[in-house]
Amino acid sequence: MSALLRFEDVSLRRGGRLLFEGLSFEVAAGERLQVSGPNGSGKSSLIRLAAGLLHAERGRVDRGPVALANDSIALDRELPLGQALQFWNRAPEQAMDALGLTHLALVPVRLLSSGQLKRATLARVAASAAPLWLLDEPLNALDADGAKRLGRLVERHLEGGGAVLAASHQRLGGEWPALELKP
Amino acid sequence: MIGALIVRDARRGLTGAAWLPIAFFLLVAVLMPFAVGPDARLLGRIGPGTLWIAALTAALLPIERLIEPDRADGLLDQLFLHGVADETVALSKVAAHWLTFGPLLLVAAFPASALLSVDGRALGQVLLSLAIGTPGLAALAVAVAALTAGLPRAGSIAGLLLVPLAIPLVIFGAANALPLEAAVSLFLVAGAPFVGGAAIRAART
Repeated sequence: MSALLRFEDVSLRRGGRLLFEGLSFEVAAGERLQVSGPNGSGKSSLIRLAAGLLHAERGRVDRGPVALANDSIALDRELPLGQALQFWNRAPEQAMDALGLTHLALVPVRLLSSGQLKRATLARVAASAAPLWLLDEPLNALDADGAKRLGRLVERHLEGGGAVLAASHQRLGGEWPALELKP
Repeated sequence: MIGALIVRDARRGLTGAAWLPIAFFLLVAVLMPFAVGPDARLLGRIGPGTLWIAALTAALLPIERLIEPDRADGLLDQLFLHGVADETVALSKVAAHWLTFGPLLLVAAFPASALLSVDGRALGQVLLSLAIGTPGLAALAVAVAALTAGLPRAGSIAGLLLVPLAIPLVIFGAANALPLEAAVSLFLVAGAPFVGGAAIRAART
């Protein structure tokens, strides 16, 4: 199986502080990996590095197309949710349905709760065609139903030959191999 | 994606406070007769220059809303992940910014010229020079907005950065030296996407 994401001996320094060094791992199609560690250990930075939004100080990061869900909403707050998601994907209906957002399609983004916004960012990822999903604290603000829906989406994505890299200090549903970052 | 981005930014600019820069433009035109007195000949002579200064302030006004909200909201990151080059983003922003203030400014130049007793022939020249110069102003505004995105008190810093760089536009625009005006404007429109794109990239941390 081919790797969708490969870190080779990667070191990352941010603000003069070495977050991690010599980090090597692979995420292949059909695989999932959870990055865990205490606050400030570099989980989000690792996700941004994997997305190509940061550059490693040393080492190599190889990746294909990725989709990212983090705390940034990146949706027009004045637009109804359905239209706002359509900016990124022509047909977000299926992903909205999978996350239980269909009844909110006409509600302006600025009126949504933080849990609903989290579902919306996950729906953007689910609607994208990228094989690798990068999820930064996907359970933040999600209720039990949302977490269950996310679990189902992840399972389906993996069955379809995708891969998921998630950063969370919480337990994610399902069996996740862990990559522990030291503080 | 580029078209969608231009449409989105233009819509946001127009549904936001599109009238604000234009109101500002007219306000400067209203203020001028109070400041220099109601001598129609004097006003007519300084009128075109005044309109140019008013246009400069109108372009400067929305500068904090051009890049920073999208950076803070993660939109620029998502565009990068969708494979849109940072230069393309900056270019789309230039087009959208011009669409939200350029045409409106040309319309507002009619009442403003009446306030400053600029005659018909001079008004025609001002309209032409504004039409040529405002894309340059929009490009400059986007480049400066990208350079200052994320800084504290970005608005004031942006003003300090933009005004000196806009001097050639104002000189050639107010003097009605249209070929030179067009050259400066073209230079700014061609260069701004690269400056803005590099600044967006550098701000990505």
